[in-house]
Amino acid sequence: MSVLAWGFDMLLAAGLLWLAWQALFTQRRFSAVVNFMAFYLLMALVWVRLDAPDIALAEAAIGAGVTGALLLTALGRLPAGTSVGADPRRWQRPLQHLAMAGAGMGVIWLAWSAYHLPRPGLAGEVTATLDATGVSHAVTAVLLNLRAFDTLLEIVIMLAAVVLVWSLGPPLGPPLRAFAPATALPGLPALSHLLHPFFVLVPVYLLWRGTHAPGGAFPAGAVMGAGGVLLLLTEARPWEYLRHHRLLLHVLLAAGMALFLVVALGGMLLTGTFFAFPLFLAPTLIMAVEIATALSIALMLMAFYLYGEPGQ
Amino acid sequence: MSQFYAVLAALLCGMALIGLFQTEDLLRRILALNVLASAVFLLLVTVARSAEGIDPVPHVMVLTGIVVAVSTTAAALALVIRANEARRRHEDEP
Amino acid sequence: MTEALHWLGYAFVAAGILFFLAGSLGLLRFPDVFTRLHALTKADNLGLGLICLGLALQASGPAEAVKYLLIWLLMLVASGIGATLIASTALACGLAPRQADRPPSTSTSQRPTEQ
Repeated sequence: MSVLAWGFDMLLAAGLLWLAWQALFTQRRFSAVVNFMAFYLLMALVWVRLDAPDIALAEAAIGAGVTGALLLTALGRLPAGTSVGADPRRWQRPLQHLAMAGAGMGVIWLAWSAYHLPRPGLAGEVTATLDATGVSHAVTAVLLNLRAFDTLLEIVIMLAAVVLVWSLGPPLGPPLRAFAPATALPGLPALSHLLHPFFVLVPVYLLWRGTHAPGGAFPAGAVMGAGGVLLLLTEARPWEYLRHHRLLLHVLLAAGMALFLVVALGGMLLTGTFFAFPLFLAPTLIMAVEIATALSIALMLMAFYLYGEPGQ
Repeated sequence: MSQFYAVLAALLCGMALIGLFQTEDLLRRILALNVLASAVFLLLVTVARSAEGIDPVPHVMVLTGIVVAVSTTAAALALVIRANEARRRHEDEP
Repeated sequence: MTEALHWLGYAFVAAGILFFLAGSLGLLRFPDVFTRLHALTKADNLGLGLICLGLALQASGPAEAVKYLLIWLLMLVASGIGATLIASTALACGLAPRQADRPPSTSTSQRPTEQ
């Protein structure tokens, strides 16, 4: 068995290195992007090998699904020629090499010091406080209770990215529907129409699972967002709906952040500490924040995919 | 096994850095940044694993990091598309 | 009864692996993006369906079996839409399908994948 596992690891590593090489150094952009999508799929397998199923779920949906769709759509909007970057001047070359060497040394130093950290890190502390968090899965506990401030800031970054993309205005290129493959295959919209309830069912299941097993707001939001992008690719109907309810759209986009802040401030009023909830309320509050966060993440992923505010 | 994946992360990191600094294509730079992010995530999760147990805190950092990475990718792609349009318009009207 | 179901499950998984091998052979041997996508989406989705069916037959309960079948259904949608997205982007990037009466196009170095 260990020989099989070792061989699988070797194959995985060789595949990852090959795909990364292809993605970074081939001539054609199209094949680089497609190789990059395959790279993310293999990364999801690596997460499973490293006992990180939460990350594997999020990586498969976000990395291979949403990032791939984003890159492919951007590729369709860019002209076929290669470069838009500025050519480096002659005197910039040594600087470039210096920067590369500096970054390389920095990464090696970081990796070295990270590798010599005491093991197993904070695992003992997290297990000891797990009973006081209101959930029984360690990753969800850290994400939404012990280090909730980090998660709040992460949602804010995502919202800021949506605002940046929207404030650039709609792109001039061909409209999104030109790339929607629905026109090519009449059977595909019908099939996906039938199966879309499952794209709601699976995130709800993941959310419910998140309190005691791998799952939770981030994988659920990622899967829902990927399903939403698929929906946009076949037919733009839900987005048409949101276009006519822009207030609702804005509220839903900000829902995760808003509920997070409300819970944090409420905790401060009740217990005197920012982000401290009383234990009897914790499971309910965490579930509510998780639902809002998952919805916001899903909608933000769909918003990225459109490259512009709907209705503008 | 964790040493093996740490070496893989180092190789990916080096490859991504070379790709990032060598290429002139903006899209390729975004790809290189993403590969770099994946390599760093891989290193974090590898460090979190040990014989005594698995540390959940780096897992959480990677989980949020993946979402931040897709946000920055989307913002960078939107900027690349706009830069491209601006350059084309600039070339059209001399 | 369960013994027979287990062996039937193994047979389905073996058949699925055969379809995967055929799809991978197509990925390696076919000349351009579009034919490779054709090989992958057709053969691999059937192979995945057979493997999921085989695993569902060996599952410990109906809930687990339903989950395996759900995986297959979602993969069908995702790979179908993903393949059409890749193909339409390839067309937009100017990669024409290879025709029999034309000299081979330069797109032979592509490596398409599902999704």
